[in-house]
Amino acid sequence: MRDLHKMLILVGLALAACGVYLFQDLNGSFDYALPRRGVKVFAMVLTGVAIAYATVVFQTITHNRILTPSIMGLDSLYMMLQTLLIFFLGSDHITIMNKQVNFVLSIAAMIVFALLFYHLLFRKNNQPIYFLLLIGIICGTFFGSISTFLQVLIDPNEFQIVQDQMFASFNNVNSDLVWLSVIVIALLIVFAWRYNSSLDVLSLGRDTSINLGVDYDALVKKMLVLAAVLIAIATALVGPITFFGLIVANLSYQFFKSYKHSVIILGAAVISIVALVGGQWIVERVFTFNTTLSVIINFIGGVYFIYLLLKESRSN
Amino acid sequence: MIQVRELTKLYGKKQVVENVSVDIQRGQITSFIGPNGAGKSTLLSMVSRLLDADTGEVLIDSTNTKKLKSNEFSKRVSILKQSNFMNVRLTIRELVSFGRFPYSKGRLNEEDEKMVDQAIDYMDLKELENSYMDELSGGQRQRAFIAMVIAQDTDYVLLDEPLNNLDMKHSVQIMKILRRLVDELGKTVIIVLHDINFASVYSDRIVALKNGRVVKDGPTEEIIQSAALKEIYDMDIPIQQMDNCRICVYFNS
Repeated sequence: MRDLHKMLILVGLALAACGVYLFQDLNGSFDYALPRRGVKVFAMVLTGVAIAYATVVFQTITHNRILTPSIMGLDSLYMMLQTLLIFFLGSDHITIMNKQVNFVLSIAAMIVFALLFYHLLFRKNNQPIYFLLLIGIICGTFFGSISTFLQVLIDPNEFQIVQDQMFASFNNVNSDLVWLSVIVIALLIVFAWRYNSSLDVLSLGRDTSINLGVDYDALVKKMLVLAAVLIAIATALVGPITFFGLIVANLSYQFFKSYKHSVIILGAAVISIVALVGGQWIVERVFTFNTTLSVIINFIGGVYFIYLLLKESRSN
Repeated sequence: MIQVRELTKLYGKKQVVENVSVDIQRGQITSFIGPNGAGKSTLLSMVSRLLDADTGEVLIDSTNTKKLKSNEFSKRVSILKQSNFMNVRLTIRELVSFGRFPYSKGRLNEEDEKMVDQAIDYMDLKELENSYMDELSGGQRQRAFIAMVIAQDTDYVLLDEPLNNLDMKHSVQIMKILRRLVDELGKTVIIVLHDINFASVYSDRIVALKNGRVVKDGPTEEIIQSAALKEIYDMDIPIQQMDNCRICVYFNS
């Protein structure tokens, strides 16, 4: 089993990264440092898995390997919500100060938006999915423009707070929220895992999937909702980080050369754990917090994205 | 038997298929012929539930297709369209194994593997079974897709212009295999064809469409007649008898 070997190597890497992150220079501080680092590692594992899963699924239903679920506009909605809250209620308001309240509010907004959006689009049957994506881009740009507009008007001190929310960060993740998210994401994955073989068929295109007895429209809808909820949770927990999924999904495809979603998703999840924990270690130990993880991710992700585009255009 | 009852399909306001009723007998090759835009492919897509009909219904062995679950349907009717997009890199064997999906849901048991082997042998792809699809010629790729449909093991096999872009040798090869599917395995094949001579030589029955309506429907000998063809294609087509084949000489008419 070649796939199994590769997977074991990746899992080994992930464990090593977590181990180094947790125990380096611990100096016996088991009561103070370890639990704090543990929560961060947990949050990174959780976000990594959620984003990897959502991205692989999203790419399959859109038949496109260079899309990320951020095209649905959820990250922009999150940013707009944060900006609106700070603009109208102020940074000392409970919706910003209290992480739990902010978390619930953000998730609710994103999920309500996603469901409303799908409902409107799918009410008329069989709209092509690209139509949905285009509207997603438009909404995303709209939300983004509103945020930018308000950020220009806002008080500079308040803008600092907005800016904090703009980048994904694992530095002050709330441990209660991590536990809550673990449960929700675990339930979602347990629910979705049995659709993996149907997703394999979906890669063959709409006509062939229907021919092979996959209930195409229903499956696409379910998977879109799944991706939206996973993204919403990850974003509300640590901030906008969806771009990251593009890297790990494609790395997983390159590394495993498989068509099986169970392999690709698992691979992408483990790769993202390695990348997040390793990246966070670099941020803390090499850059000594002079930069944030999402800056590094966006930099590496951007370079990789250009590489993918060049590769795609050459293969055509 | 597949019974098509008053099927209509509109694209915008244009009626692409208009009130079509056809019966398709078991154990035969039935060809759909007709000029471009006659609605042949649309009709085939509606019969195979790739497209929803605006009005009308399709009965398969007396069961309304709307009442069949998608998975049940896929064990009885298979459809192969002319262009087959793929987002993944698969070997022939992996593709053919997908034909067993309605039965195995991705976990192939011994019987599934046996059916996959048979389908690959049937399409003469044994030596190529581990080659990747994107390394194959058009004819080989088409054969691989047909092997997938054979592995699906349905009573009814629907094919939308399977000879498109194939050279003469591969076209004949594929038509012979379809003939064997009917004669040896008792399948029912429905096929959209552009080349009227392939329809004439290989099919038992021909349904001719024009402007979304059935204009002729009958045994091959009745349709391959100059008068009938004139009505379908608006062309004077002389017909030559060669051995047992009736050949339409339309090149200079």
